[in-house]
Amino acid sequence: MPMDIEKIRSDFPNLRVKVHGKPLVYLDNAATTLKPQQVIERITWFYSQGTSNVHRGVHYLSEQATAEYERTREKIKKFINASKTAEVIFTSGATESINLVMNSYGKSQLKQGDEILISEMEHHSNIVPWQQLCQENGCVLKVAPINDNGELCLDAYKAMLSPKVKLVSMVYISNSLGTVNPVMDIITTAHEHGAVVLIDGAQAAGHLAMDVQELDCDFLVFSGHKIFGPTGTGVLYGKADLLNRMPPYQTGGDMITSVTFEKTTYNILPYKFEAGTPNIAGVIGLGAAIDYMLDIGMDAIAAYERELLAYGTEKLGAIPGLKIIGTAKDKAAIISFILPNIHAHDLGTLVDEEGVAVRTGHHCTQPVMNHFKVPATSRASLCFYNTKEEIDILADAIRQAKTLFP
Amino acid sequence: MSAHPHRELYQQVILEHNKNPRNYGPFPEATHTSEGYNPLCGDHLKIFLKIGEDNIIDRVSFEGDGCAISRASASMMTTAIQGKTVPETLALFEEFQNLVTGKLDPDRQPHHLGKLTIFSGIWQFPSRVKCAILSWHALKGALERQASVSTE
Repeated sequence: MPMDIEKIRSDFPNLRVKVHGKPLVYLDNAATTLKPQQVIERITWFYSQGTSNVHRGVHYLSEQATAEYERTREKIKKFINASKTAEVIFTSGATESINLVMNSYGKSQLKQGDEILISEMEHHSNIVPWQQLCQENGCVLKVAPINDNGELCLDAYKAMLSPKVKLVSMVYISNSLGTVNPVMDIITTAHEHGAVVLIDGAQAAGHLAMDVQELDCDFLVFSGHKIFGPTGTGVLYGKADLLNRMPPYQTGGDMITSVTFEKTTYNILPYKFEAGTPNIAGVIGLGAAIDYMLDIGMDAIAAYERELLAYGTEKLGAIPGLKIIGTAKDKAAIISFILPNIHAHDLGTLVDEEGVAVRTGHHCTQPVMNHFKVPATSRASLCFYNTKEEIDILADAIRQAKTLFP
Repeated sequence: MSAHPHRELYQQVILEHNKNPRNYGPFPEATHTSEGYNPLCGDHLKIFLKIGEDNIIDRVSFEGDGCAISRASASMMTTAIQGKTVPETLALFEEFQNLVTGKLDPDRQPHHLGKLTIFSGIWQFPSRVKCAILSWHALKGALERQASVSTE
């Protein structure tokens, strides 16, 4: 069944906002997505009628809040097809999820001389934590290269695998290039060499179906705010046997079973990793975001976004001088580009005048910018509420900006 | 804010300085130099100064990558400070900083900014203020003999 874009757009109140008197054209979905009314209403419900802490009281509101909070965990389990609910840990976002794995798994399981393998297209959040671990415990960070289409050099990656590589941490979809990595192949070959694999699914979660059992990844991280949920929510999926071997990341309330001044015993999964009062309203809102996406269907979303990508690539590619950075065969609906005489920041400001929101800069992927020898790009990142007409508005705005910079 | 606030930002003078920056490129007699870096956007530029014994800026130049606002601002800064004394230049830095952050109204308050008042509307674009001020921070760094400065 084709998607009813008009109906979908009417669910997003933020799309009705005017920018400089023009309708908002929101093409910055890789930074954060807008939120449907259904998510906003769940958050409003929690703060206006359901406020309570979780896992604490015996009173009605606390029981209800706990049930709703845990219901989202069930939804996430189904969303990523985890085998156990306890394998779903709530965090503040993909960044915290990676930091959790680095601090807990990395510091307890990795030792001097062990290698951590990432790729050249990683977001800074999947580079810096590992650099910190290397500084602390003498691990060695290795970087698999990308080619000039922005694709991972798979042969080079495989050649870098060895028994010394204990952890592979790679992005599913590049936020600055749109490249969809061959994660199945990456994971299978890493496992053949005994490495544990973390997949950064921040750009994938809202755009294609992810099945952690089929992928067989050991960890998967993503953010709630990039999949139509609230900011400050995120997920770490980990295989239970790994999570059980890991020490707590933060300590405090809720993550214990008993505390005396002599000894503390830690709570079971997933609570061992959720110290303190969590983002209850956010997690409940995230549940509504998952429902919203699943109602449309991840396959329908992926198919529609492929159509938008093809249209956008053709339309923007036809602008004289415009060069698309990131031309992988398998791409998500992210179009990064440069123009010969216009710096990305000037373009960003000028298209903003037409109500168009794009991201400009290095997109927290400076090594990618270095690879392509550009200081910055402009990036249009699309999602299921975007339309071909909006891509036309962007293309017109770019043509107009070009007249200022002949 | 006008209907076309950005057009105010991209006036002909700025576009022209971006295209044909004045005092571009290093020169061997420089006595002071400093680098400015804006980690937000990757803009990067270097300032070169020759300060004479009478504390006068005999020569100034810049080079680097950046957006039109940062290039035009750097170019216009070099023409504004050439021949000024170091204290005069530091005073101008203060005035320019106040201008681009909206604390100085060039129509109502006394100043020595001259053509630099073209940047007066930029306070309406907080993310672009750093572009305009980058070269000035690098200049201040050079005068204070700091190797590099950052707008963050």
